[in-house]
Amino acid sequence: MKYAEEFRDPKAAKGLLAQIAQVIDELGATKEKPVHIMEICGGHTHAIFRYGLDKLTPAGLEFIHGPGCPVCVLPMSRVDECVELAERPEVIFTTFGDAMRVPGTKKSLLQAKAEGADIRMVYSPLDALELARRNPDREVVFFGLGFETTTPSTALSIQQAASEELANFSVFCNHITVPPPIKALLDDPHMILDGFVGPGHVSMVIGVEPYRFIARDYGKPIVVAGFEPIDLLQSVLMVLEQMRDGRAEVENQYSRVVPDYGNPVSIAACDDVYEPRPTFEWRGLGEIDSSGLRIREKYVAFDAEAKFSIGYGKGAPRFVPEPEGCACGDVMTGRLKPVQCQQFGKGCTPEMPLGALMVSSEGACAAYYEYGGVDLEPAE
Amino acid sequence: MNQPMRRMKSDTVTLAHGGGGKAMRDLIEDVFVSVFEPDGMEDQARLTNGALASSGAQLAFTTDGFVVSPLEFPGGDIGKIAVCGTVNDLAVGGAEPLWLSAAFIIEEGVDVALLRRVVASMREAADEANVRIVTGDTKVVERGSADGIFITTSGVGVIPPDRNLSANRVQPGDVAIVNGVLGDHGAAILAARGDMALSVEIPSDCQPLNALMNATCETVDVRAARDATRGGLASALNEIAEAAGCGIEIEETALPLRTEVKGVCEILGLDPLYLANEGTLVLFVPEEEAERALDAMRSTAAGKEAVIIGRATTAHPKRVVMQTTFGGARIVDMLVGEQLPRIC
Repeated sequence: MKYAEEFRDPKAAKGLLAQIAQVIDELGATKEKPVHIMEICGGHTHAIFRYGLDKLTPAGLEFIHGPGCPVCVLPMSRVDECVELAERPEVIFTTFGDAMRVPGTKKSLLQAKAEGADIRMVYSPLDALELARRNPDREVVFFGLGFETTTPSTALSIQQAASEELANFSVFCNHITVPPPIKALLDDPHMILDGFVGPGHVSMVIGVEPYRFIARDYGKPIVVAGFEPIDLLQSVLMVLEQMRDGRAEVENQYSRVVPDYGNPVSIAACDDVYEPRPTFEWRGLGEIDSSGLRIREKYVAFDAEAKFSIGYGKGAPRFVPEPEGCACGDVMTGRLKPVQCQQFGKGCTPEMPLGALMVSSEGACAAYYEYGGVDLEPAE
Repeated sequence: MNQPMRRMKSDTVTLAHGGGGKAMRDLIEDVFVSVFEPDGMEDQARLTNGALASSGAQLAFTTDGFVVSPLEFPGGDIGKIAVCGTVNDLAVGGAEPLWLSAAFIIEEGVDVALLRRVVASMREAADEANVRIVTGDTKVVERGSADGIFITTSGVGVIPPDRNLSANRVQPGDVAIVNGVLGDHGAAILAARGDMALSVEIPSDCQPLNALMNATCETVDVRAARDATRGGLASALNEIAEAAGCGIEIEETALPLRTEVKGVCEILGLDPLYLANEGTLVLFVPEEEAERALDAMRSTAAGKEAVIIGRATTAHPKRVVMQTTFGGARIVDMLVGEQLPRIC
């Protein structure tokens, strides 16, 4: 398969792994005193485990799995509000597939669907728009979820609904942005981080400029990376080389997809439709300033929170504490490895997730469970 | 095909067609009986077969419900799956399938023309598999109580005296063989649902596997076989590893996959190991018989692309592990829930 298999070439990987091992040596990093690199994006976490990169790289390198799985960081109160919306008889609730299994306080969307709520899985907000056109006597609510990758398509659907005056379409907006949680993590005194592998698809939209503060204000290297194993290994090498050379820069490994200044059409659509919320809750991380997006006043007719008086629409969402024994927060900040959590594989499995990181295949715990459940003999 | 004595008078199925009266008789005679041609019109089929008389022969009996959406898709329809699925469930146990029943639950409003196409394709698949549909049932339910047509088929077959296929007979060293490409059915259904506007047409692999199983069982000692339906190859291999108590190792580079299927999986974030198949099986044979098994499989229509994908091993008992193209190893676990497309 073109444009995929070239980036999975074992020979190229071998060369990169040897170079990584050499720079790790030059940095004097060891298993006891490793270099900590955070991959921010859940897609990267998944790829690291799928290709066993954590096992192939030297012991002196440790991956810290960042907060970049939008399904995982969604607070439970918001899932409860989704269920509440979906259970209204007039509502057709539309969502991306992998949000269906996220547990709420009482139930997930999948359970609500089984109990009779009209919940439809869609692949794009434009599918939700089409449902609204075909069902003028129903209220179609789209569950807007995700980072800058999915934010523009939701914005475009709102603009489209406005131009068609589609009164029965609205968005339950839970879109979040990448830079604020990185800043929050860097400000956390417990956090030990030496550099970042930056998210590829998010950067395709926002470009690399929004990461400048990481290098400038915190002196940490960041390399925006693609999603194939060769992309990831090359990006890790670039971060390590910056460290060795005493540099802290924003570099772009994924230049075949990511333009430095992003996608201006997407950025303009987002600016038109959204503004930052003063604060937004992240599961496992707590409230983070300016990290969520809300729909601007001029599109309030398409804002499900205002329309149905729910969540921030009626003040503030209810705070729901994590279930007892759940250590997702510690795992997300790198203080615990997934397997070190007391509940891992016992009270918390992909079948019955207790915490957020076990829910989506992009969550660190689910990826560990799926691909690393037992120790394997190394491959030849 | 028989000329039906009665003709359906309407273009769509209505509740009257399930009411037990004249309309139902018309439907049964015109749409089902004239195509399936059962021996009589008693309430039960009365069957005799010489194979049953051999000493040590076993009767095999299975049932399966079919609810696929859309009802028609490239490479097949619900009728073809309903026949092939039950035939294959019998075949992978070593049985030679003989007779099927077919029970239809039809949503009112279904086009009679669609129903006729489905029934014709059942007959065609039954002829291909050399089995007969000998009895059946029809119910019509209100709109919204079913999705078009649901079909349940049951099947009876005979296992010859010398055959003993069972997952717990698989031993370390045994070789795992698949008969053809993986994931075509799952990818075909995803593409045919039209949710994603994928400009690719992948035909389902839906086909009967009894001729292939028979040819292979006649040639070598097949320890066990599974058709890789829902849950895909991953689930079939996990079932065998669990029952046999040994590990199974497969090679990613050996897995036969169409480029189109790989592409669909890349775009949607799905794993082809978990995609459903309707005409693909995996079987285990002793290593020294692997070449003869491959020859036997390749001599049949359903086995032309048969290939070795891995083996049973003493390492990692009850676990399926894949050596990846990339040089790593990863666990291939049972599917959790349904495979849901990722969002980013």
